[in-house]
Amino acid sequence: MRLGVIEEAALQLIKRASTVLPADVRSSLQRAYEEETSKLGKTQLKAILDNIVVAEQMGRPVCQDTGIVSFFVKSRGLDYKGLDEALRRATIRATKEVPLRPNAVHPLTRRNSEDNTGVHIPGITYIYENTDFIDLTVTLKGAGSENMSALYMASPGEGLDGVKRAVLETVVKAGGQPCPPIVVNVGIGGTVDLTFKLAKIAMTRPLGVRHLEKEIAELERELLALVNSTGIGPMGLGGKITALDVKIEYAHCHTASLPVGVNIQCWADRRATARIYPDGSWEVLS
Amino acid sequence: MAEYRLTTPLSEGDVRKLSVEDVVYVSGVIYTARDMAHKRLIEVAERGQKPPVEMDGSVIYHAGPVARKIDGEWEILSAGPTTSSRMNKATPLLLKYYSVRMIVGKGGMSREVAEALKERGAVYCHYTGGAAVLAAKCVRRVVKVEWLDLGMPEALWVLEVEDFGPLIVTMDSRGDSLYERLELEVRSKLESLLRK
Repeated sequence: MRLGVIEEAALQLIKRASTVLPADVRSSLQRAYEEETSKLGKTQLKAILDNIVVAEQMGRPVCQDTGIVSFFVKSRGLDYKGLDEALRRATIRATKEVPLRPNAVHPLTRRNSEDNTGVHIPGITYIYENTDFIDLTVTLKGAGSENMSALYMASPGEGLDGVKRAVLETVVKAGGQPCPPIVVNVGIGGTVDLTFKLAKIAMTRPLGVRHLEKEIAELERELLALVNSTGIGPMGLGGKITALDVKIEYAHCHTASLPVGVNIQCWADRRATARIYPDGSWEVLS
Repeated sequence: MAEYRLTTPLSEGDVRKLSVEDVVYVSGVIYTARDMAHKRLIEVAERGQKPPVEMDGSVIYHAGPVARKIDGEWEILSAGPTTSSRMNKATPLLLKYYSVRMIVGKGGMSREVAEALKERGAVYCHYTGGAAVLAAKCVRRVVKVEWLDLGMPEALWVLEVEDFGPLIVTMDSRGDSLYERLELEVRSKLESLLRK
């Protein structure tokens, strides 16, 4: 696989993700606007919908917080070092060309790298898939919602109630701060590193697509209904649409543990995916 | 729910008349300030120095724009509000040292801020989070940028705006807060939802 192709695809994906929301997110926001009954809530959804249209027309970042850049790479085997360098170059180029806001800073000195790269950034998650092609997804994650995320170490005795409490308390504590209507991506089980990795993998799944296992899909629906009965509403100004979706991924965990990782995503759920073929051609999937 | 059009610099009278849920459009000059600019504004005041902008009657916008320089002129591409609660701790001090009359952000601020707004005669207004291109379209001109050493998001951008809004007053100068009202309602529901 030529790394130049990956770099070019990654650059185009960042451009797309920052300026055009995925079709599933747009239709979900449109539905939210139609269903919302609170007057203040509706004004917020109207502004959101107008903003999406103007951003796309003008080719400008939907939100000024163009986020931290993360990639998800599904493949059966890669030149990891080469890929890391290609994705880093794409991020640097996108920062100038879109442009993106330079967001990456040293965690302690707060010095800005000015190009959205740094130690371990952009983040890259490798997922093994036994295919000839590579599926490359980029997500641009703003801090307003990321800051509202929480890890809840439930006791196994709490079971499902522990999961519900983790999700609801995180959402209620966050209130209007993460720019609702939010998407709640939940990792259940695993060890804490894996718990959040699972939540992040759930983030790459389109809205409205349920987990393949029936019980988990049912829990996703139940949690969405619970979150939407809190009354937080669009931007936390009150209303019935607090979340657009709840998505879950899970792993087995230690018999004495029940970690629940709740990752909050703002309404500007920016992601884009491309499929890159062995002959160097590629197409945007979403 | 009255609607107001205000022009900077704002007087105490301009903002004392505003109540929670009123809608405001602001024209004139506003300043962006986030965590680092708040820190510096407070340090400057505590050293007895003057900041590079006139703070009397000012509007502080919690925002870090995407800006681009073309032929030596800055252009704002995208400039929605950031989460205001990060400035909870700094804001009572900011209001103590300067006669800021309006804060614009998203997500609301603390009871301590509500008390400071009341005491000093200022309001907090909400602007739709993420409606960043709509906000940028209200910017007529970048007057100047100060403290760019803090990085593009954290710098103090001096922006000339026209009909910046609709802004919703969510914390007024009488200590009322829409967020507190709603939080009480939501919290009271939480336990019953968990028992279901």
